[in-house]
Amino acid sequence: MENIEITQEVKPPNTSKGPVKWLQNNLFNTWYNTILTCFALVFLFFVFKGVFSWVFIQAKWEVIPANFQILMIGPYPIEHVWRIWIVLWTLAVLLGLSAGIWKGLVLRISTAIAGVGLIFLLVPLDIVKNSEAEYATLEFNINIIYLIFFKRRWLLGCLALLVGTFFIGRNKNGLKKWIIGGWILSFPWTMIMLHGFGENTVSTTNWGGLLLTLLLAAVGIVACFPLGVLLALGRRSKLPAISWVSTIYIETVRGVPLLTILFMGSVILPLFMPGDFQLDKVIRAMVALTLFSAAYMAENVRGGLQAIPQGQVEAAQAVGLTYPKTTLFIVLPQALRAVIPAIVGQFIALFKDTALVFIVGLLELMGIAEGIVGGNPNWQGYHVEVYVLVAAIYFIFCYAMSYVSQKIEADLGVGKH
Amino acid sequence: MRKFLFRVSVLVLAISLVTPLLADNHESVLDKVKNRGKLVCGVHGGLPGFGFLGEDGKWSGFDADFGRAIAAAVLGDPDKVEFVPLDAAERFVALQTGEIDVLIRNTTWTLSRDAELSTDFAPPTFYDGQGFMVPKSLNIKSIKELGGATIGVTAGSTTELNLTDTMRSLGLEFKPISYADIDTLYNSYEAGRVNVVTSDKSQLVARRKDLKNPDDHVILDVTISKEPLGPLTIHGDNEWNDAVSWVVYATFFAEEHNITQENVKSFETDNPEIKRFLGESGEMGKKLGLPKDWAKQIIISVGNYGEIFERNLTPIGLPRGVNKPWTQGGLLYSMPFR
Repeated sequence: MENIEITQEVKPPNTSKGPVKWLQNNLFNTWYNTILTCFALVFLFFVFKGVFSWVFIQAKWEVIPANFQILMIGPYPIEHVWRIWIVLWTLAVLLGLSAGIWKGLVLRISTAIAGVGLIFLLVPLDIVKNSEAEYATLEFNINIIYLIFFKRRWLLGCLALLVGTFFIGRNKNGLKKWIIGGWILSFPWTMIMLHGFGENTVSTTNWGGLLLTLLLAAVGIVACFPLGVLLALGRRSKLPAISWVSTIYIETVRGVPLLTILFMGSVILPLFMPGDFQLDKVIRAMVALTLFSAAYMAENVRGGLQAIPQGQVEAAQAVGLTYPKTTLFIVLPQALRAVIPAIVGQFIALFKDTALVFIVGLLELMGIAEGIVGGNPNWQGYHVEVYVLVAAIYFIFCYAMSYVSQKIEADLGVGKH
Repeated sequence: MRKFLFRVSVLVLAISLVTPLLADNHESVLDKVKNRGKLVCGVHGGLPGFGFLGEDGKWSGFDADFGRAIAAAVLGDPDKVEFVPLDAAERFVALQTGEIDVLIRNTTWTLSRDAELSTDFAPPTFYDGQGFMVPKSLNIKSIKELGGATIGVTAGSTTELNLTDTMRSLGLEFKPISYADIDTLYNSYEAGRVNVVTSDKSQLVARRKDLKNPDDHVILDVTISKEPLGPLTIHGDNEWNDAVSWVVYATFFAEEHNITQENVKSFETDNPEIKRFLGESGEMGKKLGLPKDWAKQIIISVGNYGEIFERNLTPIGLPRGVNKPWTQGGLLYSMPFR
């Protein structure tokens, strides 16, 4: 009889990992957790129900297609919109070539952009000017051929260029220098293209919407970075004049709200300008944003500089590197790598700070949104819909920046070695 | 060589800094606008009926239409105008620095603004005034019945001062509650936290439309302040101020004589004044430094005052009120075209 007991199968310990088991272990393991889970479920149900019914039933989304044009480009004249597309084409070519040459992260970013573009190209919804309602509405249009090849031909061209130049650029490492040059030149090219020359100029007062937001953010981000690095180096300089000037600049700017700087730029600065000389309003805002962010950037970079052991500098000097070479090739690369999260955080803050320029009368995304719900008699009481859209747009761009920074960190192995 | 380049660059810099100071600044804005071929007009960035960016990316509203009228008169084309949305704080600076040629942004004509700021006013295009909105259920008919009421008002505005002045002069007790934000003010009113709300009548009318039951609220038939709103030009440029003023008068004049956008091209008359107005006789345009058919162009482009009003302000529910020709008992009075 004893033998039978021995030969009885001993069951392995229960390690099943099915969803039911997971629920049991994590959500219903004790009586109080069960109660909490039930409460949470009820709560979530009502939240989702509320959100769902608002988004799909209550919200009156017609305000978005009707005002889509001004949300994107503001009062930019529609007959000049080709200028914006030319700029986008240029950027598509540069991005495509860069993706082909550098691959890796650039390729991933380009793929994401191409994917978003493709969705916009293929979705069979069309913004149609509705003569009865007197404003544009979003309608189904199954004539996808017409949509792609006629209405969205500029976007089609953009995507074609992006993909085409990717294949052209593959493994053409000799082009690297030219591409970098192209990226640098793309900025003045963008400004000239958007503004135009001769008779048919589009003055900057007509720049608006998402276009202006992106321009302000791009200029601010690109310009504040080198300025911030210089200020950080300046503050640590052994030459008292440079160190003092940098310190005073950083502390003064950090001690003043951005709004004050914007007001100074728009209200006080013009009074000091001699005679008929006027500095463009958009340029003033760009300069204000850049100067403001540079001060914060400087402190971020200085944090990184302090993290570099003195031994690194001494070693560099021992092998005979000059100060500029030591800084450029030994100190800065390590310092910047260490503070990528802080720098990207600053970029994101700058991107969102561009919304403040609407207070000085520039119609960037937020200014346009305010104008629609506060000014246009047709759209009074559509606050929530418009603000939700604006929030979504800001979120997409900020999250994209955050994502890219995480990838850069991963590629550089920050925090690992 | 280096030293030479340095000296040259210093010289160039110095010259470029000094030149603007030496430049002749006494050119009239009128000539500047003509040379530029474009009028730059400061407007409100978003005020229902007065100035806002339409769905098609073009500026709309009562104020914007007067900007178009000036462009039509000076340049013969209502589209040759560029609108600059301006904040309340920077509007006068923009005018003083020449960033804009004319400011048409709901600006009240007051003594201080006329005398202290470097600005000159053209005739008011809209006579606004402070009023009161109350729920119908309270059955209030006159301001004297507002004793003891809780009155909502926007903080730090002349509205607040006007309210205190009026109530004190009537010897009425009241409890003012100030709100920094306009939306909060009307939300509180709707929620019943304040019994009465006071503001410019144009605002009350526009806001009443957005309340849940607009018919449950009345705007009292009292006006406790004068808010004449009109265009502004830079101080001391009489030529330009004359041109802007007469553009405004032209819209008044056309309504007085029933000249409309529709009939202006074929308007037949023996009235010598109307003939001068239409540019068929006399040299009215030349005297102002404007083209012969300047007034005709205004009416072709934007219509007479009544048409501008009906296009922009009637849809938001504003009654004509005192903004009627003097012949109908209003305040709009055109000076003679002689």
